[in-house]
Amino acid sequence: MIIRYFAWVREKVGVDEEQLVLPDSIQTVGDLTAYLATIDDNHAAAFAEADTIRAAINQEHVDADTPIAEAQEIAFFPPMTGG
Amino acid sequence: MTITPSVRVQAENFDLTEETAKLTAGRFDIGAVVTFTGLCRDEGGQLSALELEHYPGMAEAEISRIAERAAERWPITGLTVIHRFGKIAPGENIVLVIAASPHRQAAFDAANFLMDFLKTRAPFWKKEHLKSGQDNGWVDAKDLDEQALTRWEQA
Repeated sequence: MIIRYFAWVREKVGVDEEQLVLPDSIQTVGDLTAYLATIDDNHAAAFAEADTIRAAINQEHVDADTPIAEAQEIAFFPPMTGG
Repeated sequence: MTITPSVRVQAENFDLTEETAKLTAGRFDIGAVVTFTGLCRDEGGQLSALELEHYPGMAEAEISRIAERAAERWPITGLTVIHRFGKIAPGENIVLVIAASPHRQAAFDAANFLMDFLKTRAPFWKKEHLKSGQDNGWVDAKDLDEQALTRWEQA
């Protein structure tokens, strides 16, 4: 599964995207953010305020309860500030 | 019949007059055109540029989803949305919304709705660069922008 990061989440993690093989226990977006926070110090810093971070699956907004089974691409990013 | 909105995400600048002419050319059913242009402020002379990061693919898809909702909700006969990314200097354009309809209220409402949703749902992030050469970090999302969405909730 491809995981992509944007804005300050990307800067804190240190990469634009990464391919991860996830343990079967990770079922939802919320499970995934909790898992990512345990990978290393950079990920821990990026996901320290997990409630602030937004997620998209296959380029559509989702919330923490959304299952990740159908995901080809999951993205994490801060609240948006366009316009 | 609902229209197909024209959505573009690009680094280049856009021209309001040209885009409006494109939308209205050869049309005799349009009675109202509302345009909104968002520009880069200099924040009291402090800012040298805004850097807009976006999520390629999702940016276009999400703006299209918002535009389609607007087209379903109001009797609009034309809709153009352009959002720029990359480095943008004070005074330059960032975003353009053009809504056309037979009568003005639908065009005003659709343009307003689009901007409210664009600000909080379209995947763009602004970083500030200061004239001092300092990177001022990422712009924080405003609660007010999120609250603005509630006025579009339908009973």
